Amino acid sequence: MDSLSNKKKVLEQKPLTLGERLYLPAITKGLSITFSHLFKKAATVRYPEVEREFSTNYRGLHSLKRDEEGRERCTACGLCALSCPAEAITMIAAERKADEKHLYREEKYAATYEINMLRCIFCGLCEEACPKEAIYLDGPIVPADYLRKDFIYGKEKLVEKPLEK
Amino acid sequence: MSDNKVKVTIDGITVEVENGTTILNAARQIGGDIVPPAMCYYSKLKGSGGKCRTCIVKVSKGSEKDPRPMPKLVASCRTTVMDGMEVQNITSPEVLEARAGVVEILLINHPLDCPVCDQAGECDLQDLGYEHGLQKTRYEFERRTFERIDIGDKIQLHMNRCILCYRCVYTADQLTDGRVHGVLNRGDHSEISTYIEQAIDNDFSGNVIDVCPVGALTDRTFRFKNRVWFTKPVDAHRDCPTCSGKVTLWYKGPDVLRVTARKDQFGEVEEFICNTCRFETKNTSDWTIIEPTKISDTSVIAANHYETLRPLPVIKTNEQLREANKKELEKTIKY
Repeated sequence: MDSLSNKKKVLEQKPLTLGERLYLPAITKGLSITFSHLFKKAATVRYPEVEREFSTNYRGLHSLKRDEEGRERCTACGLCALSCPAEAITMIAAERKADEKHLYREEKYAATYEINMLRCIFCGLCEEACPKEAIYLDGPIVPADYLRKDFIYGKEKLVEKPLEK
Repeated sequence: MSDNKVKVTIDGITVEVENGTTILNAARQIGGDIVPPAMCYYSKLKGSGGKCRTCIVKVSKGSEKDPRPMPKLVASCRTTVMDGMEVQNITSPEVLEARAGVVEILLINHPLDCPVCDQAGECDLQDLGYEHGLQKTRYEFERRTFERIDIGDKIQLHMNRCILCYRCVYTADQLTDGRVHGVLNRGDHSEISTYIEQAIDNDFSGNVIDVCPVGALTDRTFRFKNRVWFTKPVDAHRDCPTCSGKVTLWYKGPDVLRVTARKDQFGEVEEFICNTCRFETKNTSDWTIIEPTKISDTSVIAANHYETLRPLPVIKTNEQLREANKKELEKTIKY
């Protein structure tokens, strides 16, 4: 059969020479490379104890922001969920009550807000879609876990810590 | 040509219409992109129109007898056609610029709270704003603000968002007996009111929600329940003793979140529905479902619904390649 690509190379297999048949020179050469790496700077870091510096536009775990008065910015407009190509975001809106004005910025807020981190592809479209500057992908890498249900992050994990008074 | 028919040319398209038809309705008979937008005109409401000025067009030739152009842009919902009239809508940059200005004026007192507003996604003013590139406002002064008013326990009035199109007033006047809904004060202080916040008890009062082009009158039973584009509209009907019973159900999963009247291509309701249909019957068992509502592909409501799963072909079929592949496959079967 003719070659389809014409890139085929025919290798000639010659019998091994005496030096090659001894194996030892090749093994010492290989191991010396291995040992020399013990004294070089490691190429890896010991994650999670040590973390590499992220680039400034790195997109990690989402966080739901608060405004300067510590009120949640999210108003559950649903544009993040609409723009999400992986359909990872779901939310349920609720109306702010009169005594909750210090908690939520607008008259509507997200009562539940869930992001499925297994679906999320960290594209950052939710961040771009948000009209209230409420969601940013400025967190660390999403940690590993054992159960699928634990990857559905609710508001308790996503919302920023309240301001220290 | 008979006596009561006149010829009118809109953006180069000639149409023959009844004498006395407005330019807007003549354009609607042609259809397509040349139909001027209308915020206050409503074909089902007598006397509506002439308020918002978004439907302005340029009349470049008055008529066959008097071919002079009209000196100013005219409101197409209130100007009747003349024989031989030539109208420019989207072909005239002057009209588009003037319309953008009108939209900007409509948005002066509008709070731009679309992320909170339940009308977002099916709002005429939002569409108009985006079409004319006015997502932002230049207005720097304090907007007029009003408190939210509950009109009965089913309808909510956000006067902040109102553009004073008077559609709801005409609806209340013409569909309901007795005048319970009107406009108070004048000019900048104008306000839709129900005369000392009197609840509307009429069976058809819920229709003011459907006719409202913005989010000023909204359904309290749907308030903040969900965003319009996450719900799925389905046409349905039921034997209603008071109205036609022809509605659109807005589903989220198995639940009917909202019932509205069916809207035609110009965003006007086909038939007004009663309050029982709108507010009381929100179970699938109450309705006979007909079909999914046709939603334009450009509407945000159609987003993520995947109704037309016809992706464009990425690779063109290559007969030669197909034949070669077949040969290669046969080879592998042999050995």
